[in-house]
Amino acid sequence: MMPVRPAPASEQPEPGTQLLHELAHCRAGDKGDTSILSLFAYRADDFPLLVERVTAEAVAAHLEHIVHGEVRRHVLPKLCALQFTCEHALGSGVTTSLALDTHGKALSFALLAMPIEPLETR
Amino acid sequence: MPRHKTIRIGCGAGFQGDRIDPAVILAAQGRLDWLVLECLAERTVATAQLRRLADPGQGHDPLLRARMTALLPLLERSRCRLISNLGAANPISAGRKVVEIAAELGLSLKVAVVIGDDVLDRLDPDTPTLETGQPVREFGMPISANAYLGIDAILPAIATGADVIITGRVADPSLFLAPMIHAFGWPIDDPTLLARGTVIGHLLECAGQLTGGYFADPGLKDVRDLAHLGFPYCDVGADGNGTLGKVAGTGGMITLRTVKEQLLYEVTDPTAYITPDVIVDFGTVDLIDLGEDRIRVENADGLSRTGTLKVSVGYRAGFIGEGEISYAGPNARARAEVAGAVLHERLHHDLPDLRIDLIGIDSIHRTDFGHGPDPYEVRVRAAASGATRELADRVGLEVEALYTNGPAGGGGARRFITERIGIVSTLMPREDVRSSVVRLSTDRAPGPVVPGAAQ
Repeated sequence: MMPVRPAPASEQPEPGTQLLHELAHCRAGDKGDTSILSLFAYRADDFPLLVERVTAEAVAAHLEHIVHGEVRRHVLPKLCALQFTCEHALGSGVTTSLALDTHGKALSFALLAMPIEPLETR
Repeated sequence: MPRHKTIRIGCGAGFQGDRIDPAVILAAQGRLDWLVLECLAERTVATAQLRRLADPGQGHDPLLRARMTALLPLLERSRCRLISNLGAANPISAGRKVVEIAAELGLSLKVAVVIGDDVLDRLDPDTPTLETGQPVREFGMPISANAYLGIDAILPAIATGADVIITGRVADPSLFLAPMIHAFGWPIDDPTLLARGTVIGHLLECAGQLTGGYFADPGLKDVRDLAHLGFPYCDVGADGNGTLGKVAGTGGMITLRTVKEQLLYEVTDPTAYITPDVIVDFGTVDLIDLGEDRIRVENADGLSRTGTLKVSVGYRAGFIGEGEISYAGPNARARAEVAGAVLHERLHHDLPDLRIDLIGIDSIHRTDFGHGPDPYEVRVRAAASGATRELADRVGLEVEALYTNGPAGGGGARRFITERIGIVSTLMPREDVRSSVVRLSTDRAPGPVVPGAAQ
């Protein structure tokens, strides 16, 4: 696994918390100013955890610096996938954005940086 | 009765600048019936239109000559036909160039060109955009307006028997679906068959993104021989189900994971993916791993097409000025922050959308999620838009001025300026869009235009 730098002491995650990066893979796409994040559980057994933890609200909170519009989620059980459409995520759109990553191609790994608490601890 | 049991369609390009050698391998060794080159992103036609305005013989894919020189000699030998949207803003010129290159290579070839996607002359400036609902005219002077054509525009070109079919803007999956309909005689109002073919087209259209490209994450998702990534094909049956594969010995891989990532790629609503041909529900798709880089795609379903076509409108949106400079070693981040503050102070009054990024810290995600110590080196990036080239260029000039006027130890300054082309989308009734086919050949003068129908 890719080493992940430890969080500062004040933000140390709860014991048992995993990074989404360990549980799922993701690809980002774009349409206009909308970023589309496709998230897939590595293991079917982890899919219920993702459905529970990686909600539209949780993603909107995690990506608050990037996504300035609504986040919607589609659940695709046959694919063990969650599809997020994030509006106003690309600084006015690929063609006019001032961002370095105009397409938001690298946002997939912003989502994968999300900490995920295990189901039992809540 | 279906005329074929299965046909094999390969994808030899997934964007305008894509590699050529994987397409050569597909054409030479892939035993393809059809090779598709998908070369148009959202903005490509608008930037191509600017090149056409500057030179009426341009406006097609800049790599057309290189692609055709490499691929045309292989088509006849492989009995494979080629279909591509590399006509961009000037499909007729692209078709003529293909004929010209074929003649230079001593090949005898027929080309069919699909035209009619250019609808700039009938774009209503008061029509609302899909993005914001504001009318098109509020964004700026349109320089291009192209309807996404579908199978009904491409099928007459295939029916001419041409070896090479060139289009401008068409929906990417339609490039793949049209050869299936031609081969199997599918009724064009059967949403199940059209949905199945569209899913396969959607999976293939980004070429290497299906075979392990844009996928590797070392330790978690390893991809073998990424440097020699092979491009995909699909063996499609008369029932619209198919098996994905790639040429043996090429790099990359086709697995359930690579296919799933591509299946949902850029799909805004997975239950209703709208193309000119059909509305697909991606939640219905079954993927079955057959091993050895073969994945079976089955059972997609969908609904009948809508009454409108999406139109992509390009407009001039001023200029973007950018500048970058690096700081490294002790206190690099603090020196970079001082540089950013200086740039902000000197530019933000005249360039109010000025954006300052610290590359290495927050340029991509706008935050580092509270992680990590400061990096050893930081690159400051400033960007702003300006109505004129001169105004936008002030960004780069101020960044360069940091050499002698900024904090200590700045190096590697770069300055960029780009004309900005914006894109918005709108819908147009099908009956307002008419396509037709122009036939070209190395053997004779251009043939008559095949009259088109409303879309």
